[in-house]
Amino acid sequence: MSATAAAAEAGERRGAPRPVEELDSVTIRFVGDSGDGMQLTGNEFSRAIAKAGHDFATHPDYPSEIRAPTGTLFGVSGYQIQFASRQVFTSGDAPDVLVAMNPAALKTNLGDVKHGGIVIANSGAFSDNNLAKAGYKSNPLDDGSLGDYRLYKIDISELTAHALKDSGLSKKETGRCKNYYALGLMLSLYSRPIEKEEEDIRRKFAKKPEIAEANVRALRAGYAYADATEMFITSYKVRTADIAPGTYRSLTGNHAAALGCVAASELAGVPLFLGSYPITPATDILHEMSLLKHHNVTTFQAEDEIAGICSAIGAAYGGVLGMTTTSGPGMALKTEALGLAVMLELPLVIVNVQRGGPSTGLPTKIEQSDLLQAVYGRNGECPIPVIAANSPADCFDCAIEAFRIAVKYMTPVIFLSDGGIGNAAEPWRVPDPASLPKLEVKFRTEPEGFQAYARDANLARAWVRPGTPGMEHRVGGLEKDFLTGNISHDPVNHQRMVEVRAAKVAGIAKDIPPLKVEGPQQGELLVVGWGSTYGSITQAREKAAAQGRSVAHAHLRHINPLPPDLGDILQRYKTVLVPEMNLGQLARLLRERYLREVVTLSKVQGKPFKVSEIYDRILELC
Amino acid sequence: MSNLSTASLLTKKDFESNQDVRWCPGCGDYAVLAQIQKLMPQLGIPRENFAFISGIGCSSRFPYYMETYGMHGIHGRAPAIASGLKLARPELSVWVVTGDGDALAIGGNHFIHAMRRNVDLKIILLNNRIYGLTKGQYSPTSELGMKTKTTPLGNIDRPFSPTAVALGAGATFVARTVDSDQAHMAGVLKRAAEHKGAAFVEIFQNCIVFNDGAYDAITDKSVRDDARLLLEHGKPLVFGKNKDKGIRLRGLEPVVVEIGEHAASEADLVMHDESAEHSGLAFFLSQFDAPKFPVPLGVFRAVGQPTYEEMNTQLHADAEARKGRGTLAALFNSGDTWTIK
Repeated sequence: MSATAAAAEAGERRGAPRPVEELDSVTIRFVGDSGDGMQLTGNEFSRAIAKAGHDFATHPDYPSEIRAPTGTLFGVSGYQIQFASRQVFTSGDAPDVLVAMNPAALKTNLGDVKHGGIVIANSGAFSDNNLAKAGYKSNPLDDGSLGDYRLYKIDISELTAHALKDSGLSKKETGRCKNYYALGLMLSLYSRPIEKEEEDIRRKFAKKPEIAEANVRALRAGYAYADATEMFITSYKVRTADIAPGTYRSLTGNHAAALGCVAASELAGVPLFLGSYPITPATDILHEMSLLKHHNVTTFQAEDEIAGICSAIGAAYGGVLGMTTTSGPGMALKTEALGLAVMLELPLVIVNVQRGGPSTGLPTKIEQSDLLQAVYGRNGECPIPVIAANSPADCFDCAIEAFRIAVKYMTPVIFLSDGGIGNAAEPWRVPDPASLPKLEVKFRTEPEGFQAYARDANLARAWVRPGTPGMEHRVGGLEKDFLTGNISHDPVNHQRMVEVRAAKVAGIAKDIPPLKVEGPQQGELLVVGWGSTYGSITQAREKAAAQGRSVAHAHLRHINPLPPDLGDILQRYKTVLVPEMNLGQLARLLRERYLREVVTLSKVQGKPFKVSEIYDRILELC
Repeated sequence: MSNLSTASLLTKKDFESNQDVRWCPGCGDYAVLAQIQKLMPQLGIPRENFAFISGIGCSSRFPYYMETYGMHGIHGRAPAIASGLKLARPELSVWVVTGDGDALAIGGNHFIHAMRRNVDLKIILLNNRIYGLTKGQYSPTSELGMKTKTTPLGNIDRPFSPTAVALGAGATFVARTVDSDQAHMAGVLKRAAEHKGAAFVEIFQNCIVFNDGAYDAITDKSVRDDARLLLEHGKPLVFGKNKDKGIRLRGLEPVVVEIGEHAASEADLVMHDESAEHSGLAFFLSQFDAPKFPVPLGVFRAVGQPTYEEMNTQLHADAEARKGRGTLAALFNSGDTWTIK
């Protein structure tokens, strides 16, 4: 009997119960070819983990090629998840477990794995050909080079094929089931039941019952294999986290942003219009919203980025909530139209799911380098409020906040997310719609005394829907008279208009709640962050505080304008550290605004900060 | 204010805004503005339901002079802005006023896609074959050899025909008229206004400062009848002072022929059919240019197709019929949820 067949047989009998080791947290990374279904496997695993009552955070890391040539180093796609018995803020620094589906995946990811960590390798894919493509001179599974790791060689390809040998599926089709075999292995190793997963597979592949059946069999075979073989000496259990009671679902940042925008529309009682052009990593928002026509959402896939925002401006002029979604290069194309929206003083939300730049840059990788573009990047004096989400679930709240500002102040609002937040998932506690804030939208219908650019106490002009009798008026990108909105080239009027547009945006500060500072309210070091660095900074600060360091953390949602109490807060610490995935853009804004020195910690590698990278810098500074 | 919404009581004056019109004296744009202001009260649409959207250029100042809703947008983007407005508010009558540079150079992309989608917009292109607002550079419709500030040795940039572009993009209504022929322009604009779907009208417009006389051959009363071809639906393609010339097809080649006892009879000529499903006839007419052919004026094509916003409204109705009006509670709880106690 071949080793494979023996193993397969072992998979069909119940093994004796293994000892179970309890852990606080586990970080697992699934890596394989971009066509291997690693994103799916990671997603499914995180859902199973979430249902068990764990908190989790994920980080998908995939190449920009849809399906790069198999076996190549640049075609490796990965998905990392951390789950724990406490609140989870990041997808984890170093994986405890690496599931590598081929040599290229092992080669590109092994360096990240914790010393002594588990490596599960699909030995069937370690052919001479694949080894050569990955640049291995000898097979690392056999040459002893993995001695520092707990290595499990499992021929997932062959075991999956064996489990499906009489399924009637082609070799190619059975090959595609091996990600479910891997999922079964991992669910068993972490003591999770698979019944729910089987139901999910049947639902997901409802239209292809034979594929559903094959995937279920692969899943069960993987599960049984891990359960029965003596390969895994222990299995692991992570205690469930202390999570607030409620109903949860797993949401990516892009999905959460879509739900938040639809919620804003329902809360305001005003239909929603999304004009957009597909661009990585923002397109999922357009996908999600295209499904929501029964929520009075219109999606318009425009001919280009410019038409995306211009159609949204047209819709906003028509009296609906207009929005556009994009990423860096698309943002650049929308710049002129942003200026128009500032001049028209119409509500509009622009979502920039940032990616590595400049130019086409790193489309699928994470970066925070569009901050100065958002705050300043337009011709003329052109102020636009900017807010940033700090986690996938936070995108929901930020979307509502963006529309709240837009309609209250009659202004475009830039909402910054990033590829990490947009594609990563975390548990989202489903809110009671009645608990959400109402968004007040008033359309002016009273012609008596109407002036198109007369302003209220917030310096916002009135929103008038075309079709309202007696209030016909023109708006446009030329400078306008302070009251009537008619074209004006008057020098003093222009200065007045420039100043009032600036004052209007600056005035938003009065709505910003007091900034929450974690840790000592004064002391040695304050870490200031924005966006997706939230998790890494939080964990790093907690770890340093546990070491007795005097370190605090403030995270900014509002970046333009900045929170009114930030200046005072900065003065209460000897040193200010700003970790950013750029060369110090927020740091520059803080220096300029508060005339104080801040220390930059910069990372632009297309990867999120590790907790340890921030932790180490904290220890150096306090 | 209710009288303002009573469309039948409106006059041209009701559509004149209080803004000073700032085109050069003698500019062809004045005639177009007057005709559109005259047309508006005839359409039975309340004044507040009109919106004029423009880009940048001389013609794009148009919305300021109309006492309707309007937006002076950014260069070339008017069709995109107007598409968003029309999708958001299908009950409005949305007009785009543009020029040869605005629609065909910087805004070419939006122009063709608005046509392709058949958004119910009225797109009026004032074609003066020159950049006026920037003081005299060649445009995508300037003739070969033309000397302008950026082509001091003559233009080598081959022009294209706006009507051909519109037809190529699948426009359902395509027409052409000329600023100096008020009656003809009035008729064409009315047809465009009444068309359901994207209606494109090219208006030959004289720029008195930078390209004066560009259309003399077809506007000068002494010669124009031999240089232009007035299109009439269901009538043969006949032109000339004495109606003695016509268009025949030799194979797929159109040719100019004499009509008379010893020449062709009207029965031999091409019949104009603006409602032909196939746009071939309209397309070959769009290629006619002086001196070989008379320049066609009138409606090239007018066919009925579902509009983009109608189909969008239908998609929404279907989704609601299938799923019911969405609620936030249902939306939030859709997908895979779990409960922590």
